[in-house]
Amino acid sequence: MAALINVPAKAKRGEIIEIRTLTSHIMETGFRHTAAGALVPRDIITSFTCRYNGTEIFRADLFPAIAANPYLSFFTVAKDSGKFEFEWIGDNGYSSTASVSILVE
Amino acid sequence: MPTTRRQFLSLAGSLTAAGTIPIVTLRPVEATPPMLNTAIRNVVGEAQIRTGKIKLDIPPLVENGNTVPLTVSVASPMTDADYVKSIHVFNEKNPQPNIGNFHLGPSSGRAQVSTRIRLADSQKVVAIARLSDDTFWQVAADVVVTLAACTEEMN
Amino acid sequence: MRFWRAIAVALTATVPALLAGEIPPEARRSGYSFMGPDTRAMQDDDTSNPGMLFVLDGEALWGKKTGRAQNSCADCHGDARGSMKGVAARYPAFDKALGRPVTLDQRINLCRSNHQQATPLPYESRDLLALSAFVAHQSRGVPITAGDDPQVRPFVDQGRDLFMQREGQLNLACSNCHDDNFDKRLAGAPITQGQPTGYPLYRLEWQTLGSLERRLRSCMTGVRAQAYDYGSPELVALELYLMSRARGLPMETPAVRP
Repeated sequence: MAALINVPAKAKRGEIIEIRTLTSHIMETGFRHTAAGALVPRDIITSFTCRYNGTEIFRADLFPAIAANPYLSFFTVAKDSGKFEFEWIGDNGYSSTASVSILVE
Repeated sequence: MPTTRRQFLSLAGSLTAAGTIPIVTLRPVEATPPMLNTAIRNVVGEAQIRTGKIKLDIPPLVENGNTVPLTVSVASPMTDADYVKSIHVFNEKNPQPNIGNFHLGPSSGRAQVSTRIRLADSQKVVAIARLSDDTFWQVAADVVVTLAACTEEMN
Repeated sequence: MRFWRAIAVALTATVPALLAGEIPPEARRSGYSFMGPDTRAMQDDDTSNPGMLFVLDGEALWGKKTGRAQNSCADCHGDARGSMKGVAARYPAFDKALGRPVTLDQRINLCRSNHQQATPLPYESRDLLALSAFVAHQSRGVPITAGDDPQVRPFVDQGRDLFMQREGQLNLACSNCHDDNFDKRLAGAPITQGQPTGYPLYRLEWQTLGSLERRLRSCMTGVRAQAYDYGSPELVALELYLMSRARGLPMETPAVRP
């Protein structure tokens, strides 16, 4: 499953940068029924975390009201060159990760 | 050309059957149904909720309730002494009142979060920010959801 | 009641134009131009366009060896950025062996059975949509030329007849809405010209990527007609006519629509 991460490759020290993430997930609400009347069980991403060189800088708790293929945009201050790590955790043991690097001058 | 009764009925029937009438209702922003209120109190506790500082950008009229863009921003210097701890977004009429909780810190630099949400119907969306001094600030917006004329049958 | 009457009068008054048919080329407009600013913004930025997730999946599948032949798409076609540029703008295209036009989805499955000795991917499956989106994405910005091949002319005509033919319990033809009444609204939604410039596309209603055939089938359900099966000659002819009707408009895959 794909994820799209947008982080500037380079930033000046102290600059506020935007991070955008988009990941593939059905986000089945658990409130829908099949044509036969059976409840479709909930299958959503419940938690998203972003770490910057190991330190958590942003975390989100997600609910069924988040649209399919969850999109998140948030900000951070570029402090040091290094790595952003992203983690999505969800129902039925769902887990996926991604990482990107940044050069801070 | 005059409209015959048959043409009129067939068109009226087709439109009500195939489509839905756009719902335009105005609700007072103060009205807080019990489920939404409970969800908010679970986050805020007994603290006073103030208005101001927080801004909610959401289209007043959305083309499809399944994917509604939303941005919440808070006026904050985002310093170690004065920052936004978290932003909480709620809705009034979905089966569940919570939408998302977003945890920030002084290293966020800017207190702004965007995502895309689902709205089952025209309704109120509420965003609340918790600041580092544990004060809570709220904003609400009414959103009208138009429904597509030719939707697929549920499956 | 006044609302219904207004629509009724509008439709009756345009009946003669319906028979005259098509939208002049210079007046043809992508569905993009009927959307609100938020949906446009979602399509415009590749890092926020959810259709791009499928393009990424398709890129991975393009390079993956599969089937008994253990061939990948790339083994024959190389870098899709060059080899697939403009291809989707020509589809559905004539297949000599079959003697009829095939859609891009069908071409991918023909490749799978003939060259990869792999089982065909089901219509609307994630993998087929992803491959189709990846291939069509290479044509983004390329003007549509489908239907120019003289061999497909009879099939374009068949599609045009189907487009103009009333059907279903509501007895409506595609042209009643999409030739004669675009720019008006059906309930809350704008009626577009039905130009298929961005398929497969991400529909907010579907919350996923889908094919033009899926869209056509839901229109048919909307007029209470029995929808043609995926891959049926009728749907292929309709797709071909619609693409030829969008001649010259640039491809947008993966588009975002409400």
